[in-house]
Amino acid sequence: MENFSPISALIGGALIGLSAGLLWIINGRIAGIAGILGNVVPVRENEVGWRLVFLAALAIGAGLAWHLGPAIAPSLAIVTPTQSTPLGLLVIAGLLVGIGTRLSNGCTSGHGVCGLARLSPRSLAAVLTFMLLGVVTVTVVRHLI
Amino acid sequence: MTRNALQATINVVAGLLFGVGLTISGMIDPKKVKDFLDFAAIPTGGWDPSLAFVMGGAVIVAFFFYRFAGARPVAADRYHPATYTRIDARLLGGAAVFGIGWGLSGLCPGPAIADLAIVPGDVILFIAAMAAGSWATGLFLAWQRRRELPLGNAPAE
Repeated sequence: MENFSPISALIGGALIGLSAGLLWIINGRIAGIAGILGNVVPVRENEVGWRLVFLAALAIGAGLAWHLGPAIAPSLAIVTPTQSTPLGLLVIAGLLVGIGTRLSNGCTSGHGVCGLARLSPRSLAAVLTFMLLGVVTVTVVRHLI
Repeated sequence: MTRNALQATINVVAGLLFGVGLTISGMIDPKKVKDFLDFAAIPTGGWDPSLAFVMGGAVIVAFFFYRFAGARPVAADRYHPATYTRIDARLLGGAAVFGIGWGLSGLCPGPAIADLAIVPGDVILFIAAMAAGSWATGLFLAWQRRRELPLGNAPAE
């Protein structure tokens, strides 16, 4: 468990929870990224702008933290993303994530953060299901193929 | 500050916080996500439980906001909660399909968008495929509702 980073994980998680909480109590919106992204495509007036701005701010926040984080808070374990999935498989994975999150109306943030925080049985069922299939998939790819 | 200005400000602040949180938590790294899903590596010490701490921290903080939210949002007319509340084949099947894609790539929607600003490249293709999959599924669901020919359990939205 040499890469386990519980403190950074808790701090980062708390910031995500703060984001979801503020978006709910002030704007009345669920911070589910799949839902926010999925509803950017079918253009409906007044429903698209805030979603694009939220997604742009998310990318900017992540980029700023990655560039400035190591200088500001050197004790945090800031990692560099490494993607090892072959390109064809990555596109198939993208399709599966798009189809699956649309069918189940949520992803790791919509069900995993907002849904669980609202004690939704539906979200708990979704989280247990995608966790199980994620574990099975990684096990097959890393250990059985 | 007017209500609209407050709403727009919170939208940006929440987006920034979400992105900063993803980077600090390490969830921007697909390898770290796969290392969490790799339960088979527990006996050899290769498992990384970080993701559970990220989700736990996020859920605990968000819980208090949801629990103590007012009757109406501070800067909006109403809440926009999830409208589809049944546990059915569509929910579980969709979550299963998502889980396979998540396990294959180590990416889910939030980190994919974050990685656009950190390591732009192949992740763009992932996002394009994800948007296409979501869009096509949305069209299919709308068509199914119009035809009133439910698959298994009737989806209602």
